[in-house]
Amino acid sequence: MSELYVARHPAAAWRRLEDEVIVMAAQESWLFTLNEVAAEIWEAADGRTPLASIVRDRICEKFEVDFEQAYRDAEELLRALAERGIVLLSETPLEAGAP
Amino acid sequence: MTGSDAPSRLLIEIAGLGVALNCEDEEFARLVAGAYSSFLALPGTPVACEFAVHIAPPRGTDPDEDVCVSLADGKWQIRRGDFEAEFDPRARQGWVRYTANPYSVDTVLRIVHTLLAADAGGFLVHAAGAILNGRGLILAGASGAGKTTMCRLAPPDAVLLSDEICYVMRHGEEYLVHGTPFAGELGIPGVKVSAPAAVLYLLARGNQHRLVPLKPAEAARQLLRCILFFAEDAELAGKVFNSACEFVRRTPVYRLEFRPEPGVWELLR
Repeated sequence: MSELYVARHPAAAWRRLEDEVIVMAAQESWLFTLNEVAAEIWEAADGRTPLASIVRDRICEKFEVDFEQAYRDAEELLRALAERGIVLLSETPLEAGAP
Repeated sequence: MTGSDAPSRLLIEIAGLGVALNCEDEEFARLVAGAYSSFLALPGTPVACEFAVHIAPPRGTDPDEDVCVSLADGKWQIRRGDFEAEFDPRARQGWVRYTANPYSVDTVLRIVHTLLAADAGGFLVHAAGAILNGRGLILAGASGAGKTTMCRLAPPDAVLLSDEICYVMRHGEEYLVHGTPFAGELGIPGVKVSAPAAVLYLLARGNQHRLVPLKPAEAARQLLRCILFFAEDAELAGKVFNSACEFVRRTPVYRLEFRPEPGVWELLR
């Protein structure tokens, strides 16, 4: 499995509100609500930390879930968000917030 | 300058922000002054921006064109089939070319205030508003959600701020809800008063009267759908997004399910 890196798109406005995160894709004004697990991934998406590390350190420990399943779910979510233009995915590290 | 001491110059105050209209046509100025009589400014009201108003057909627009608000060279360009306007937010000045139609004035005022509010940490929201026992209540919803119905059902001791659009502005650590002259189906302008915004209700017709508390993220999503915003500008959109999020963080938000009966107001006391 190749390494995967994720960064929040710099044009996406976002706020944590209690245990959820709301994200607005500025260009289309789409709104997304990320649940507690997705919010953890979102906040850790600095473009430099491998997704596997994010899942292992912030999801598996906190939510007591299996790594393989959690990683598959996270990747599926992030690919969907990347299609909407609010995250960037790469097999090499990304500058934080780089378009 | 007051709203009435020069017939060709009007200062219309909404949410404490004065928009001056310097009309070249006195008859048109009188028409507009009549339509906004309860929102003409008192002496000392600060002027947020000035517009030179020309009565002339807009140039090169399709009469059926939808409103378009864009930023070019630091100036807002606002166009619709029946008017065009330019607003320089740094100089706080602009101009408008209207057909002689008071509804065009209403649209330009709404748009200009969405720009002013966004910069000031506030927003305009599709909502009925009322003051009840000193508390500002915001009853938000899209067309058909029940804003006008709720106003018709309001008890006599409720001060109605608007049946269509309320203005929410941040003042220090609190938000105030202000009345606006923008009328809905009641056809009656709101009143120029304000109160601390105590609760936001998102209207939903139902079979019973019921309040359902909303988590802040869901509240923000639903509030953002009700906020007036026309500008094609990511920076300003981000400001409105942040204002909505901050508002729901500080203000209780409920979905108000109701039947169209006066008893619903007992839930809001």
